[in-house]
Amino acid sequence: MAAVHGDAHSHGHDDHHPSGIMRWITTTNHKDIGTMYLWFSFAMFLVGGTLAMGIRAELFQPGIQILEPELFNQFTTLHGLIMVFGAIMPAFVGFANWQVPLMIGAPDMAFARMNNWSFWLLPVAATLLVSSFFVPGGAAAGGWTFYPPLSTQGGLGVDLMIFAVHILGASSIMGSINIITTILNMRAPGMTLMKMPMFVWTWLITAYLLVLVMPVLAGTVTMLLTDRHFGTSFFNAAGGGDPVMFQHIFWFFGHPEVYIMILPSFGIVSEVIPTFSRKPLFGYSSMVYATASIAILSCVVWAHHMFTAGMPTVGQLFFMYATMLIAVPTGVKVFNWTATMWRGSMTFETPMLFAIGFIFLFVIGGFSGVICAIVPIDIQVQDTYYVIAHFHYVLVSGSLFALFAGAYYWIPKWTGRMYNETLGKWHFWLSMFFFNLTFFVQHFLGLAGMPRRIPDYNLQFADFNMVSSIGAFGFGLTQLLFLYVMINCIRSGEKAPQKPWDGATTLEWTHLPTPAPYHSFEKPPVVN
Amino acid sequence: MSHESGHGGYYVPAPSMYPIIGSTAILFMGSGAALTMNKIELGYGLLAFGFAILIYMLFGWFGTVARESEGGKYGEQVDKSFRWGMSWFIFTEVMFFCAFFGALFYMRNFSIPWLSEESTVLGNAFWSSYNGTWPTAGPGKHDEFTSMGAWGLPAFNTLLLLTSGVTVTFAHWALKKNDRAGLKNWLLATVLLGALFIACQAYEYVHAYNDLNLKLTTGAYGSTFFMLTGFHGFHVTIGTIMLLVIYFRSAAGHFTPEHHFGFEGVAWYWHFVDVVWLGLFVFVYLM
Repeated sequence: MAAVHGDAHSHGHDDHHPSGIMRWITTTNHKDIGTMYLWFSFAMFLVGGTLAMGIRAELFQPGIQILEPELFNQFTTLHGLIMVFGAIMPAFVGFANWQVPLMIGAPDMAFARMNNWSFWLLPVAATLLVSSFFVPGGAAAGGWTFYPPLSTQGGLGVDLMIFAVHILGASSIMGSINIITTILNMRAPGMTLMKMPMFVWTWLITAYLLVLVMPVLAGTVTMLLTDRHFGTSFFNAAGGGDPVMFQHIFWFFGHPEVYIMILPSFGIVSEVIPTFSRKPLFGYSSMVYATASIAILSCVVWAHHMFTAGMPTVGQLFFMYATMLIAVPTGVKVFNWTATMWRGSMTFETPMLFAIGFIFLFVIGGFSGVICAIVPIDIQVQDTYYVIAHFHYVLVSGSLFALFAGAYYWIPKWTGRMYNETLGKWHFWLSMFFFNLTFFVQHFLGLAGMPRRIPDYNLQFADFNMVSSIGAFGFGLTQLLFLYVMINCIRSGEKAPQKPWDGATTLEWTHLPTPAPYHSFEKPPVVN
Repeated sequence: MSHESGHGGYYVPAPSMYPIIGSTAILFMGSGAALTMNKIELGYGLLAFGFAILIYMLFGWFGTVARESEGGKYGEQVDKSFRWGMSWFIFTEVMFFCAFFGALFYMRNFSIPWLSEESTVLGNAFWSSYNGTWPTAGPGKHDEFTSMGAWGLPAFNTLLLLTSGVTVTFAHWALKKNDRAGLKNWLLATVLLGALFIACQAYEYVHAYNDLNLKLTTGAYGSTFFMLTGFHGFHVTIGTIMLLVIYFRSAAGHFTPEHHFGFEGVAWYWHFVDVVWLGLFVFVYLM
């Protein structure tokens, strides 16, 4: 990705950009910033993945082997926080940075300098998060959802986490305001809203969700901070507060957050499937409305995370039915993707494999989500491995697989070079195999009652845990293959033509050379 | 240095050091604040150092923006971007306050009634003689306190902020008529009203702590009262500083009747703190 330094613009300007490290530190170029986002998120993916390997190594056998319970709790907490805020979200922002201006024909992001700051806040937050492992008392250990009273206890590590979350939130807010403004104000002439590529649409809606809920998270962690250090009583019943109130406010953020992590992947898949089916996306406008419906519904379902926390029956019923309703627009999407492939002239390059794998596995995760939404069942599976299996099916084989699909799909445009197709396919099939090996068995563990976030377990769970751990190690190693494929592509891949994919129709393929020049669309293209 | 895309007309700024300077400031401030709150000496120094860097960054960055704007680099499309950007920024601020208003409503409507003696939810399991009437410090805190009345200083503060909303509009009208003296005078009046509001709030806090025994630690009432009014006061302070900057820029001859989004953005922000105050006056002071 670092190979993008084309200067193929049609006219000469005399801009002297700093070179070396200063180029990356001071840049206002959306492509540079997108590249940094992607590398950063991959680095965080490896850090969070290492923590996951630690968790699975401990769970390989019953008993305490490697991680003491306190450290195990820190691992699960930081694994979640790093993967959500450090890996998945920045990766999607990286895609938005690269692709939104290219796909709408804009010269850059609307606020190019602020764009740089949105990125450079992330390493600061990551430093605070990771360094919290090494302070007295260790890192936060109350789970990635940091419920009080666990999180009102704990030491310096929890405070570092709180400030890291503040900073990550500020970065996300700046990023999403930038994306909204870019999409609303900088589209090429003729690019009406209903002509925008689906990826742009999904990001527009995601950005709205971000500005809606990120400030609420900031408020939540602020209350946590003042409860910890300044004697307020928001989450303390003795003062009239309520720990359950934290859960309500947190999940008002947290549930839209899971859609923030899945909507852009819907967008990527909606670009990849039509390209490799060589057909336009089936039901474009219904896709737009479905995305908007999912976003709106996602704001009124939060308490389905709290069915066992205590809630009036009418509340349980409302949140159960509202949650199940999300399956309708999601079903529209899956139907549309399938209908796009129907009678298409399909080929199965790596991006397409990941997109189809996404549909297949995301639907499994979606169904287990509907099952978890049913209150009587949820009371049984709450806080078990069933829930772990469910959200890894939507976040790993959902979000992450879509990110892989997007990376393989656009890497030729970014670097001017093709990746190794054979190795890409190996990456897909190994990921597919090991992912299911890791997480499918966790459904059984959860149904049998194995609780999450516990470093030791009953003997009856031993076999499935060993299978799951072997799968996890395989999945972790497979991702190093992805790193190799990408570096190999950047360094010595074959030259890519302007449009390596037959069926691609969006502006970056039809109007720009490969690799995309450092400054693109200074003269906006005209869209018919 | 600068890369100005002449053809599309959209100004894309040159590479800049200010973001990384800002990030450095945030690194020092974040780690400094965490250490300070855990009573580790080093924290105070880090916090102060980070804050100093932040001030430097804000001066430099906004100074650059003002120079670029006065240098005529921002066309109509950039102006529109600023409008979208500022609107959604204010929206995020509204959502931030929503979290605290939500906490207030939740406590008053759910958690406190559940804790009271008539409750069937908790079955009066922990505190047997707690009646749960607002204002309350909760069932487990027994310090007597007096709540803040609405019709003294807070009503006067409401008047101050509403008046300042009028004066900032007069300043805007003066700017549009190119009446520079009117612009400066009305802006100055707005700044003074803002400063007076902050002074009244400070007096109110001293009064609360000294005379009413009302503190941040006063349970549900104290938590919501001080956090909501405190964050609002913080925003008024920021807004007053912003107005002051706009005043000095006006005095330096910045802004034209057609091109003055810097002014408008600050005015929007000022109206936002005004509206939040009305919410506070009703839900924190009156009800």
